[in-house]
Amino acid sequence: MLRLFKKIIKTGIVTEKCKVPKDDELEELGIQIKNHIDKRFSGSIAIRQVDAGSCNGCELEIQALNNPYYDIERFGIHFVASPRHADVLLVTGPVSRHMQAALLRTYEATPNPKWVVAAGDCAACGGEFGVSYASCGAVSNVIPVDMVIAGCPPTPLALMKGLLGLINP
Amino acid sequence: MSSSNWTAELLNQLDSAAITVEQISLPSTTLWQIESNHWKRYAELAIQQNVRWVAGWAEQADHRFFINACFEKQGIYILLRTIVNVVKPELPSQAPVYPAANRSERHTQDMFGINFLEHPDNRRWTRHKAWDKHHYPLRKDFPVQGEPEDITPPDMDYPFVKAYGAGVYEIPVGPVHAGIIEPGHFRFQAVGELILNLEERLGYVHKGIEKIAEGRTPASLARLAGRISGDTTVGHCWAACKAMEQAAGIEVPRRAALIRGILAERERVANHLGDMGAICNDVAFVFAQMQFTRLRELWLRTNEKVFGHRLLMDRIVPGGVVCEVSEASCTLIKQDIIHLRKEMSEIMPAIDLNTSLEDRLYRAGYLSPEIAAAFGTLGYVGRASGQNQDVRRDAPYAPYDQVNFKVALEDQGDIASRFWVRYKEINAALKLIEQFIEQLAATGNLTEKQMLQAEWRTPPAGSESLGIVEGWRGEITAYIRFDADNKIARFYPRDPSIVNWPVLEKLTLNNIVPDFPVCNKSLNGSYSGNDL
Repeated sequence: MLRLFKKIIKTGIVTEKCKVPKDDELEELGIQIKNHIDKRFSGSIAIRQVDAGSCNGCELEIQALNNPYYDIERFGIHFVASPRHADVLLVTGPVSRHMQAALLRTYEATPNPKWVVAAGDCAACGGEFGVSYASCGAVSNVIPVDMVIAGCPPTPLALMKGLLGLINP
Repeated sequence: MSSSNWTAELLNQLDSAAITVEQISLPSTTLWQIESNHWKRYAELAIQQNVRWVAGWAEQADHRFFINACFEKQGIYILLRTIVNVVKPELPSQAPVYPAANRSERHTQDMFGINFLEHPDNRRWTRHKAWDKHHYPLRKDFPVQGEPEDITPPDMDYPFVKAYGAGVYEIPVGPVHAGIIEPGHFRFQAVGELILNLEERLGYVHKGIEKIAEGRTPASLARLAGRISGDTTVGHCWAACKAMEQAAGIEVPRRAALIRGILAERERVANHLGDMGAICNDVAFVFAQMQFTRLRELWLRTNEKVFGHRLLMDRIVPGGVVCEVSEASCTLIKQDIIHLRKEMSEIMPAIDLNTSLEDRLYRAGYLSPEIAAAFGTLGYVGRASGQNQDVRRDAPYAPYDQVNFKVALEDQGDIASRFWVRYKEINAALKLIEQFIEQLAATGNLTEKQMLQAEWRTPPAGSESLGIVEGWRGEITAYIRFDADNKIARFYPRDPSIVNWPVLEKLTLNNIVPDFPVCNKSLNGSYSGNDL
């Protein structure tokens, strides 16, 4: 147990101070996001992530938003387990036809007002998979999309910038 | 028995059983062609020799279907083929002999309409409701656009296994899961907290990869292969490129092979770090999750700096790689390794001595070596249950043919074993990267382009090959056949998850429902790689 505390103390807080020059950018971005969320969403915004057919690359980078470097929750953005608790659906992947009904139901289960963010090139335009017997292509072919974040996959920083764009149009 | 003998032995036995084998030599693999009515008999003889079932797929050539199955023992791969007529395509199933062939044959049944006789479970698998029962997407007369409805209905009437009795209840989970993970459906039958049965229903992220691969150029196929499973982008891209290069008779420059090795081992380390954190997180041990996600992030930042992409997508191309690793980059990579080792030396003792982790991870999710062997379980899941199998050692390919390394092995078969085998694999991977970097210095004196990419040659129409590499989840096989004009006629990638998913149904038995997430994470199958 002591080793554990020692490691915690030794590691300290790594969360985006100035370890990398880029981190200033992240900090600034985060503060902007936080200000908008405070003003427009009473301090917090809840995201339900839906993989509608992704290769899992986008999920890995979205998960990274929760690592101690980005720690996106400190800006008031948190990921929730149910669409019923969500303000925003963050959808990845081309929408596979086998996920189409599930995505529609998730969308319907999300209370109004709600926003949909299509994250990654596949979600934005179908990407490498396009439209076929198995794929509906872009998320906007299935549900209305408010915001697109490009990238294959978008980096955590690109995801944060995208989310800022959504709440500060 | 020496390693080359099992094929001779098996051929003898096939001969005694009056099965005629036509032997055809392919680049890097031997093809055995038999009559379709002997398909199951072959499997019965092969399993007596402890030959492992590797992969199965089909292909249409005019009015015939080629049905393929790949087998391996001691690093020697045999591609078995039979031909059936398109009018009445049927043959005896190998699934009663090799359980690993079960879902693969169901996939072939759904995609080609080939009937596997006496299959123990011939329910649909990949097909939900996106196409009709009597249409088969991988047949040549099926257009890539298909005839989908505006809204594909959900697959509500899949005949799940039922359980009856006092106190037995059912828990449906998914396809949309609670975390930031891929979609799939799990159906539990439970009594109290105990899992009586688990049934997986996958196929939700079926994107038609095999179909949209047809007609692509090698470069375009490599891009697609890099998106079969985002966490295995290096592994799949390498396997596909290896198959294409073998078919075209191209040798990759040594320097490019070394860089591919570095990429693959970096991918392995990044994923294992993520998994080790996630396993601990699933038993609410957040300390480890925070430490490992921190280390993973640092690792990915170096990927970005050195290779230009955090997940290393599209770094491997047919003929070689696109990224040079300069001397400065080598120094950075080496420093990174030293740093990671130091961090791990502090974190691992803190984890090792933690009783709450021991309580949850030891003996949970037990997979016996017998079941692991019967299903041909791959990668860290197999190796945690004593399956001593690794393509890098058993069928070495460049750059693994000139390095020393030890295959990590555990034999307890529980979640803790799958955790520790990953740790051992990280250590082995770090040593491999160091050896590759050392060897990089010895290659040179050519122009950068020559060192990194061999010139592409259009392979003759009809040439085929099997690319086999060890991805971070285990053995990946990619089958390629070329058409005329440098176009792909058939691509079948077999992710290790296809073989590993079925054992999750076994290792969760008699565990409690709340332990399912950690059982699942300890296996960490790819949904996208399975569904294709």
